[in-house]
Amino acid sequence: MKVRILVRPKSGILDPQGEAVRRALPALGFGGVSSVHVGRLVEMEVESAGEVEGMCRRLLANPTIEEYEWEVIS
Amino acid sequence: MKIGIIVFPGSNCDRDALYAVERAGAEAIELWHADADLKSVDAVVVPGGFSYGDYLRPGAIARFSKVMGPLEAFAKEGGPVLGICNGLQVLTEAHLLPGALLRNTHMRFVCTRVRTRVEIRGTPWSSLFTVGEEITLPVAHNEGNYFADERTLQELEYEGRVVLRYLDNPNGSLNDIAGICNEERNVVGLMPHPERVSDPILGSDAGLKVFESVLSFAVATL
Repeated sequence: MKVRILVRPKSGILDPQGEAVRRALPALGFGGVSSVHVGRLVEMEVESAGEVEGMCRRLLANPTIEEYEWEVIS
Repeated sequence: MKIGIIVFPGSNCDRDALYAVERAGAEAIELWHADADLKSVDAVVVPGGFSYGDYLRPGAIARFSKVMGPLEAFAKEGGPVLGICNGLQVLTEAHLLPGALLRNTHMRFVCTRVRTRVEIRGTPWSSLFTVGEEITLPVAHNEGNYFADERTLQELEYEGRVVLRYLDNPNGSLNDIAGICNEERNVVGLMPHPERVSDPILGSDAGLKVFESVLSFAVATL
């Protein structure tokens, strides 16, 4: 099965990458953007979803600074 | 005294650390990341660089390499461990030190020299300094912005575990933190590079005392 994992900076944690994108958008004429967070998308093919939670916690995300969510997509 | 220097794929300050260790008067032993063996060294340096290309997050993959099992055991038994730059990132990923290193607030790689202040001397790696001593050290990093949650930060400050503080904060790190230690004080992580200033021929030897400290500390505790 295919699993999609989304990792992003925890809310309240400084996200310099998101901030840089937020500041770049008006320069291109896109208005009305008040906050941007840039995260990471991981897609993987797994035999079962049983260990995805552990993978997220131990490797794919750093729980000190990031939060994650995942779903089975097919 | 034997000091081991871990070499990961992508380490680029391992030779500098080796040079600094030898200049300080210790025997330098290279430790390969894929060997679960610390070769009976008395202290370990986790050097700077871009271990595993910084893939995923700096230090995230290196943290699971074979050498890390013995290193974690060594650290838990009180063995002196020093992580420099990427080495500090590896040690936080391995939970041997608290917190994490975020992208620099200005989003640029910073490569310069900064003034820092030594805050405590009760660690193996700062024992020859005086508290409040100012030293200028090179920094070279993209993720040097120290972050810890408020409680951890308070603990670090209250327990006197901030080892080194920036006088010119180059990356936005909380409380100007440039270096920290664990509760037992045997594991130290520094964002600046003392090994790059270990010989006057390199412009300064201000960092040599970090390595001389661990030798002097070992003699004092034997």
